[in-house]
Amino acid sequence: MSDVSQPVAHPPVTDWVNDFDHTDPQWTEDPFPIWDELRSASPVVHTERFLGCYMPTTYEAVREIANDSEHFSSRRIIVRDVRPEISRNAAPPITSDPPVHKPAKQLLLPPFTPDAMKKLEPRVRAICNELIDGFVSDGKVDAAARYSKYIPVRAIAHMLGIPESDSDLFVNWIHMILELGIKDETMLLQAVHEMSAYFSAHIEERKKKPTDDLISYLMNAKDKEGNPLEDSHVLGSLRLLLIAGIDTTWSAIGSSLWHLAKTPADRERLIAEPGLIPIAVEELLRAYSPVTMAREVVKETTISGCPVKAGNMVLLSFPAANRDPKMFPDADKVVIDRRENRHAAFGLGIHRCVGSNLARMEMQVALEEWLKRIPDFRLDPAGTVTWSQGTVRGPRQLPFLLGKAM
Amino acid sequence: MPPIKRNAPSFGRRAHTTKEAAMTERLKVHVDPDKCQGHARCKALAPELFELDEYGNAREAGDGTVPPGLEDKAWLAKSNCPEIAIDVIEE
Repeated sequence: MSDVSQPVAHPPVTDWVNDFDHTDPQWTEDPFPIWDELRSASPVVHTERFLGCYMPTTYEAVREIANDSEHFSSRRIIVRDVRPEISRNAAPPITSDPPVHKPAKQLLLPPFTPDAMKKLEPRVRAICNELIDGFVSDGKVDAAARYSKYIPVRAIAHMLGIPESDSDLFVNWIHMILELGIKDETMLLQAVHEMSAYFSAHIEERKKKPTDDLISYLMNAKDKEGNPLEDSHVLGSLRLLLIAGIDTTWSAIGSSLWHLAKTPADRERLIAEPGLIPIAVEELLRAYSPVTMAREVVKETTISGCPVKAGNMVLLSFPAANRDPKMFPDADKVVIDRRENRHAAFGLGIHRCVGSNLARMEMQVALEEWLKRIPDFRLDPAGTVTWSQGTVRGPRQLPFLLGKAM
Repeated sequence: MPPIKRNAPSFGRRAHTTKEAAMTERLKVHVDPDKCQGHARCKALAPELFELDEYGNAREAGDGTVPPGLEDKAWLAKSNCPEIAIDVIEE
């Protein structure tokens, strides 16, 4: 493993416009003023960090790039310090470009339609209530560690047909890949290796005894020539579902609760009008979009008048696009009943998140059940809220006091 | 789904009242299948006007004609489609 890069500390950023870094602690803590500064400087900014990386700062520039797979490849989707060789079937379809992308995506879509999610909803509602049972009488809770974290991981485990009790294992792999892996390749490789071994064992079990779950579904899926998928494709897609399905929605639920904890007016409105929750979920997704994706520039082009050169990465910040005041009036405010909301939290174009219907259902159910059972809660002044770094942003510590303030 | 509020801020073109709409315009919705990416916002906001296929991609229900009283929902679906894939056609 001598060719594996060692982690290197990044110098703190002093010039955001020419030297941005999405792993800087300031970005992690409060990225919104940084995005506003970058946007007022240019629709596309560049940093020499990460071996060269652009960032579109406006909604329009983000849309242009998301819709342009000719110049922007998805073969690399995380901006990191290193660019190791690309493995085939890394995590299709998120790492696929046309024409390979469409059939790979179509395989995954049917289990994630809104109708399919309706069938899963009772299980998710039960998971939420089991979690709430565990802390509701304690008077305080870390809502990120005890609630938002476990809803998506247990839901996706249920869909895949793997034990919900393995949740902590999955959460740890994802932390190693999405956070530590930006700077420490050893961590990333170790996590990918462990995940593959884990899923390989589940695939072998199902070869002997087929099941009625997503793993068997993928094993039985056929490509357009009618051939079964290669094992590496099945493994790649399983890794994707686990990675993409967990800390993304963990973050979105956590950010939503964080907002409601400090905004009693919105909380009271949703309790009085629970029918508004699906609309509120869209606005919370806009304002606190968790996921930033990436592309690699493979052919020189121009975006919003800015030249973009091959060999650079692109930090495709859907969260920054969703704060563009040209697209969203009062972009910096949470307007809980916003009617016009073309937010890009799940991406735009062919790579629209496969799990968007799942995420939306989980968020709605998580907020409904929480507000039903815990209508009064607030941030614990004795605790600290911490946020995840890098590709997916959301609260990782969320200390709340439960019940009415004395 | 929350009820569409009559006093909500308007956007796009919309009729003043349902009655007036019935008299002055007839609407049709259309989904561009090349643009639709299956966000399914239209189905969530205007379930009467849209259908989803097995992949979750949308198309207009029937020939897209908007029944009287659902004009607001047609505009709402259009203005929440992230891919700008929905047309509301006034006939």
